[in-house]
Amino acid sequence: MPDATEIARDAIARHGTAPVQLLAVLHEIQRRYHGIPRAAMEVVARAFGRSVAEVEGVIGFYSFLHERPHGEYAISFSDCPVDRFLGQDELIERLCRQLGVAPGQVRDDGRVSVETTSCTGLCDQGPALLVNGRAIPALDPGRIDTIAGLIEQRRPLEQWPGAWFRVEHGIRHPGPLLEAPEQPGKALELALELGPAGVLERIERSGLRGRGGAGYPTALKWRYCREAPGEHHVVCNADEGEPGTFKDRELLRLRTGDLVEGMTLAAFVTGAREGFLYLRAEYGFLAAELEQHIAERRSAGLLGHTILGREGFDFDLHLVTGAGAYVCGEESALLNSIEGRRGTPRNRPPYPVTAGLWGRPTVVNNVESYIAACRIVLQGAEWFTRHGTERSRGTKLLSISGDCARPGIYELPFGTPVGEVLELCDAGEPVGVQVGGPSGTFIAPPEFARRIAYEDLSTGGAFMVFGPDRDPVAIAAQFSHFFAHESCGFCTPCRVGTALQQRLMERICGGRGTVADLQELEQLAGLMRQASHCGLGHTAANPVSDTLARYPEYYQARLQGAALQPQPGRPPADSRKEVARDA
Amino acid sequence: MPEFLLDGRSVPFEPGQTVMEAAIAAGIYIPHLCWHPAFEPHGSCKLCTVDIDGRPASACTRPAEAGMQVTSGSEALRRLRLRLTQMLFVEGNHFCPSCEKSGDCELQAMGYYLGMTDNHYPHFYPRRELDASHPDILLDRDRCIFCELCVRASRKEGKSVFALAGRGPQTRLVINSPSGRLGDSELDAGDEAAGICPVGAIVRRNTAYRVPIGQRRYDLAGIDEESLARERPLLGRADGPTED
Amino acid sequence: MDRPKIRIATTSLAGCFGCHMSFLDIDERLLELTRMADFDRSPLTDIKQLGRCDIGIIEGGVCNAENVEVLRQFRERCTHLVAIGACAINGGIPALRNRYPLEACLEEAYLRGEGLHQPAIPDDPELPPLLEKVLPVHEVVQVDYTIPGCPPSADAIWSVLCALLAGREPELPRPLIHYD
Ligand SMILES: Cc1cc2nc3c(=O)[nH]c(=O)nc-3n(C[C@H](O)[C@H](O)[C@H](O)COP(=O)(O)O)c2cc1C
Ligand code: SF4
Ligand code: SF4
Ligand code: SF4
Ligand code: FES
Repeated sequence: MPDATEIARDAIARHGTAPVQLLAVLHEIQRRYHGIPRAAMEVVARAFGRSVAEVEGVIGFYSFLHERPHGEYAISFSDCPVDRFLGQDELIERLCRQLGVAPGQVRDDGRVSVETTSCTGLCDQGPALLVNGRAIPALDPGRIDTIAGLIEQRRPLEQWPGAWFRVEHGIRHPGPLLEAPEQPGKALELALELGPAGVLERIERSGLRGRGGAGYPTALKWRYCREAPGEHHVVCNADEGEPGTFKDRELLRLRTGDLVEGMTLAAFVTGAREGFLYLRAEYGFLAAELEQHIAERRSAGLLGHTILGREGFDFDLHLVTGAGAYVCGEESALLNSIEGRRGTPRNRPPYPVTAGLWGRPTVVNNVESYIAACRIVLQGAEWFTRHGTERSRGTKLLSISGDCARPGIYELPFGTPVGEVLELCDAGEPVGVQVGGPSGTFIAPPEFARRIAYEDLSTGGAFMVFGPDRDPVAIAAQFSHFFAHESCGFCTPCRVGTALQQRLMERICGGRGTVADLQELEQLAGLMRQASHCGLGHTAANPVSDTLARYPEYYQARLQGAALQPQPGRPPADSRKEVARDA
Repeated sequence: MPEFLLDGRSVPFEPGQTVMEAAIAAGIYIPHLCWHPAFEPHGSCKLCTVDIDGRPASACTRPAEAGMQVTSGSEALRRLRLRLTQMLFVEGNHFCPSCEKSGDCELQAMGYYLGMTDNHYPHFYPRRELDASHPDILLDRDRCIFCELCVRASRKEGKSVFALAGRGPQTRLVINSPSGRLGDSELDAGDEAAGICPVGAIVRRNTAYRVPIGQRRYDLAGIDEESLARERPLLGRADGPTED
Repeated sequence: MDRPKIRIATTSLAGCFGCHMSFLDIDERLLELTRMADFDRSPLTDIKQLGRCDIGIIEGGVCNAENVEVLRQFRERCTHLVAIGACAINGGIPALRNRYPLEACLEEAYLRGEGLHQPAIPDDPELPPLLEKVLPVHEVVQVDYTIPGCPPSADAIWSVLCALLAGREPELPRPLIHYD
């Protein structure tokens, strides 16, 4: 194997040393050397004009980059309640047993490492794993055995059955957005007629609100950015890290044209000349197609210089692949990540619309928002407002997973009651539904008349169904693990609060919890909500406080006998990043 | 000058000032650990959490606006700050009796100020690496609270000796040197970065017990008075982000 | 006096008796204290059996199975439990071992340490088994009041005791709060 510094130099030669290329360079070293040793960090630091410590800081931040080499075959199982329902734990155990490796460790010969990673966005076709970053869905014991064999034979991934890597589209219920045929360039032509103000006016009239979850009016965002002085940028948030969300995965494949066109419209409105599409690393399998599509649009005159022949209408788009950090879906953290920094959220104000990428006014929108914007320009605001409610216009893509007969992607008008969604996906009588993923709301059957809408149950698209036999406490405990693992560590309440919450939930699940622990959980929830720096910390207690409020009897049943005594217990080790450190 | 209300007192401010800067300038203490008048605000410790027009906000990063109603002195906020301080204690290894910073430590003094008599939460007892490689400066990561003051100070001095690595509860301070050890870095005992640590994580060696316990900074004055006296004259020294 | 006398018990778990020494530093106030209170189980009285008490004072953290048992008994039999000193509150100096595995500590001390005669890890069945980690008191039982310090000053201890004896909620004034 070539030396790590050689690989580093090679990667730098290929990608260049613009700050946005830092992650790409680190990815390549990681892929080829299975780790990024200090010698390679030094080469990278020198080339990028950064300190070694800073590069070390960046590497340590992301789950998919490691200083200490991982296995030649680095396997990460998707750690999501839905995957676990499907027998993930047994599969992990089976693979580890066959390969003779402990979870979270690298095998002595360096051949293989097995660990878990946060939800990979394949919950509709899980259980799933990533091997060297490539997704294999629909695992079963037989496939696990074959994988173990292939690894022992040291077969390159190219020789693994290609069908394994196929990710199904999983569209169950298309609606206006998914059904309309793409018309490349058409929306841009219309935009040239309407002018930037006309485009804005149309989007404003449509009432389009951000599809990433927060629901900020898209037109307002574009307008603020347009009005801010200086050079502008347009960024697409395709980080889709919220467990149970996978609708962008399909939009990125099936509506690529509308997406890029939507971004180009944003550029047209704001005057941005450069855009970035930030793709979560778990969706690396989409990168080649996306790059190809972007290249095709360049040749077709729909991207690049003088778009559609209009003098001065220049906009180009670059793909940036993340490296495993849920918090990078937070828009200001995402911008830091694009700039090649640690993905910690910034202080706000100022907001990205006035000071975003490199301090310049920047529009950040979700994949679905850009696509909707494109369709609105094409088909008119009235076409859009025909669906949805007064305050939540249009349709919403839901990613439905868990205990239902028909998991997959559903496009439904805003305002659809949860009960109707449950019928559509044939869910029977669930104990509860996690709407909007762990950062959203966990609701119980009495609330199934509530509606999917910003004014009621807001969601970035996740809809996880939990059947009658599932234990809400165990689910909340898994989500508390997720938040502790994904907290960026910047601010005290979330860095420490999520870890405390995880410990308390483990204690309760272990039958050692007390009434005092339940009170402590409630207090922690309040503190994180009040004092945290970003949305991750604000919502990190949602699964716990939602289930505490709705399923007190499940918690009570888990408490230890009458005694109010805390028990000595060992703090749990976080096995995930451990491979790199203590192995 | 425009003004806002802080606990019922009106506080004048210059446009561009944060709530913290205006308050300190007006002689009103708002608790803080990661804020320092000479550096751009960080916003991470959250000790400065106040209530602005009914919503929580960090005083150190929030620009002052005319007419804001700011509450800092409520019992609810004291409790919140107490819990945050206790969180900082349990996530590291803070054994004050064996710490040379004791009496001069802002975290400890914050505990005193907030009436903290225990750590409330279960302790993490993390295992963090001690770096004793530098002849004049000791780095005891056990006591680091991730305020990044050393990072900011060293960056401003043009050396960028420090950075944070890791994520979440695994966050750790790393050193810019070929070996990753402090002794091989450019840090000098005279650097501002060597003296800025609010806790006992970065300490200048051979200075520890010159002033006996019981006669140290916060043995003599509360962190509120001490902070106002020391930091008020420094206001306005911050010159914005100092990258590159 | 019409009220029955208050009963106080004290114990030192994984501590150095420094807190007890500081307690004795209340000096002549001890006389005042004995007028209002009787001592039950305590190193000061050498009584070994714990009866029902109003106030239990715990010095030191919890490092072995015996500590756990004693502490639980104190919790059961004392109405108010007071954790006193750094070790009881955060494990203190004994908890410095927490970042290493117990085995490694024992090996370092008894097998690899300097000046050892016949190195061997003690395994007398009389010895209570050590816990993997030294725990602060509040991580094992519910604690009502805490007096920080290493040791807390006699004044701090006196201040809390006086409040409890008078039936008031103890509140340490700022100058009496110290962690060192
Ligand atoms: C922890 C966290 C994770 C987030 N993840 C995503 C994400 O994966 N995709 C997304 O579009 N928005 C995500 N957001 C919301 C973004 O910050 C931002 O609001 C959104 O990208 C704006 O786009 P929109 O207005 O089109 O929804 C996240 C927010 C937080 C706090
Ligand atoms: S709330 Fe959590 S994720 Fe957000 S900045 Fe704070 S530590 Fe980071
Ligand atoms: S850094 Fe401060 S709080 Fe921590 S041990 Fe030292 S004196 Fe105590
Ligand atoms: S070493 Fe000190 S100054 Fe640096 S981050 Fe840690 S606590 Fe802050
Ligand atoms: S002082 Fe404001 S967050 Fe630290």
